[in-house]
Amino acid sequence: MESPTSLVVPAEIASLKQAIDFVSRKIEHAGFELKRIREIELCVEEVLVNIFQYAYPGSIGNVVITCHPKKDGTFVIEIQDTGIPFNILSVDEPDIKASIDERHIGGLGIFFVRQLIDRVEYRREEDKNILSLLIDIPGRQKDRDEKTG
Amino acid sequence: MEINKKREKDVLIVSVKGRIDAVTAPDFEKNLMDFIGAGEKIFLLDMKQLEYISSAGLRSILAIAKVLKTKEGKLVFAGLQGPVKDVFKISGFGSIFNIFDSEAEALTKI
Repeated sequence: MESPTSLVVPAEIASLKQAIDFVSRKIEHAGFELKRIREIELCVEEVLVNIFQYAYPGSIGNVVITCHPKKDGTFVIEIQDTGIPFNILSVDEPDIKASIDERHIGGLGIFFVRQLIDRVEYRREEDKNILSLLIDIPGRQKDRDEKTG
Repeated sequence: MEINKKREKDVLIVSVKGRIDAVTAPDFEKNLMDFIGAGEKIFLLDMKQLEYISSAGLRSILAIAKVLKTKEGKLVFAGLQGPVKDVFKISGFGSIFNIFDSEAEALTKI
């Protein structure tokens, strides 16, 4: 198995391109098709932008992104910050049927993450928010099904 | 991201190329708001060369649509591709906006 690799960037919007490029290279290497790569990029952007905007009010902090494939055929993208405790899974889903007048945009990014990522896990460890995006690697799920029954 | 515009009678056709993400969305929004400020009311957003849009881009589109509504303007879309089409669908934007397959079709129905 390839060893986990990490990228540490300041939690600011100027870091976005570098972070997305890092994740894109890793997921391309893992064998995802282009459509899925774009979906994963979208979700990573949504998680990161949320951290950039809200995790460190009035202060400066970092975000650590770690990518690695697991033996069970899952690709893991782990995103860590040491900002205020926040579990994106606790956010209400947006009303996607509202008209232009009634429509509020909040929560849409997180909604994308929940819709497009196979499994999302959050844990708070000491002063860290740790969000894991677990994505099924194409063609590898059969192995996992056989192993886990 | 690259923005180009051309006119077809009353309609301003704005073509967006590349990515509308959290970095480029403010620039996209400012360009459109400037066009509205200059008196434009009917917009056709041509997205056939748009590769990617995130919620930051949708936020800008909604802000533009809300301003246009107060001015009795119009905003329609054409040429959505791949991931952009999917994002419109998942977000519900595909049902709150008028979306056409091509610029030509949009111009006949706007």
